[in-house]
Amino acid sequence: MNTADPTMNTAEEHVARMLRSGTDAGQAGQLARLRARLADHAAAAGFLDVAYRTLDTALGPLLLAATPRGLVRIAYACQDHDAVLAQLAGRISPRVLRAPARLDAAARQIGEYLAGQRASFDLPVDLRLARGYRRTVLTYLPAIGYGRTASYAAVAAATGNPKAVRAAGTACATNPLPLVIPCHRVIRSDGTLGAYAGGTEAKRTLLDLEAAGHTAG
Amino acid sequence: MRLPPFEQVVADHGAVVLRVCRAVAGPHDAEDAWSETFLAAFAAYPRLRPGSNIRGWLVTIAHRKAIDRVRAAGRAPLPTDPVPEPLVPCGQPADPDTALWAAVAALPDKQRAAVAYHYVADLPYAEVAALIGGSEAAARRAAADGIASLRTTLTGQEARP
Repeated sequence: MNTADPTMNTAEEHVARMLRSGTDAGQAGQLARLRARLADHAAAAGFLDVAYRTLDTALGPLLLAATPRGLVRIAYACQDHDAVLAQLAGRISPRVLRAPARLDAAARQIGEYLAGQRASFDLPVDLRLARGYRRTVLTYLPAIGYGRTASYAAVAAATGNPKAVRAAGTACATNPLPLVIPCHRVIRSDGTLGAYAGGTEAKRTLLDLEAAGHTAG
Repeated sequence: MRLPPFEQVVADHGAVVLRVCRAVAGPHDAEDAWSETFLAAFAAYPRLRPGSNIRGWLVTIAHRKAIDRVRAAGRAPLPTDPVPEPLVPCGQPADPDTALWAAVAALPDKQRAAVAYHYVADLPYAEVAALIGGSEAAARRAAADGIASLRTTLTGQEARP
């Protein structure tokens, strides 16, 4: 802040305060409009590297983020959306803006899935946040169909690494796209649920949802 | 140290840059000036050194955009807008800032820029001088003269003896 200027009189200090903070009530709406326009122009110019929005769901607010290639990150509230955005800025690009348009299809399909009206996702995904074996596991997971489960050991075996049970678990735990890449369908060999990015309760909710849809359909 | 997501930059500095744009470009062109400034900043953002003074960087871009706009229009630098029409939508109280921005628009160029960059953007006089040219003392004087002139315009009081 400016330090008080001893040569200023009270009226001048008042003018300085008006300049600094202002009184215009319409500014919040104007800024919201300008920010939306910025996101549109940046996307049109081709340098909106990461677009994101949040989506309110029964599992709490979800963060959805996409690059021009596709959906790159989904995060539960317990994963700290601000921290996730900071990670995306560091790992992909700091050109990150709230820009819902790119996430329209993802938001619609996730809403349908959570309402029990969709069994699989038809979305371009960008798996750049997962490398090596983790990526191999994530690419395999959609093969575990809606309403089914598989053990970490079975996933390790199916991906050609029967001894890599722990690595398969890590791949699920670090899944950048939970829900859309169904790591929730991977459970422990003893039938207990195991960990989940969104918490065990969310995993239970998803498996119950799918079990209901599976028996009904 | 890493650059924060640009969304954070807009959240932190969008409002103050809009006020700078109102002061420098005039209330009518402020939105376009803001959009040009932030689009250019967004494009260049990955090259910004982490830990930089982001507000100073944004104001520098806004300043250059203002100069570009003036050159493109082939007019005298930083033209003053006529006093905005006092018409406001029915039921809305008149914006008390309207008179302020009209008074700012009527200042001489250097005073207007010095007032915008020091009093609105809160940049130190050394940075103001780097933007508008001349010495730090001259920037300080231009800002002080600008504030005194605004005081006279807005309150009707004569400048102090």
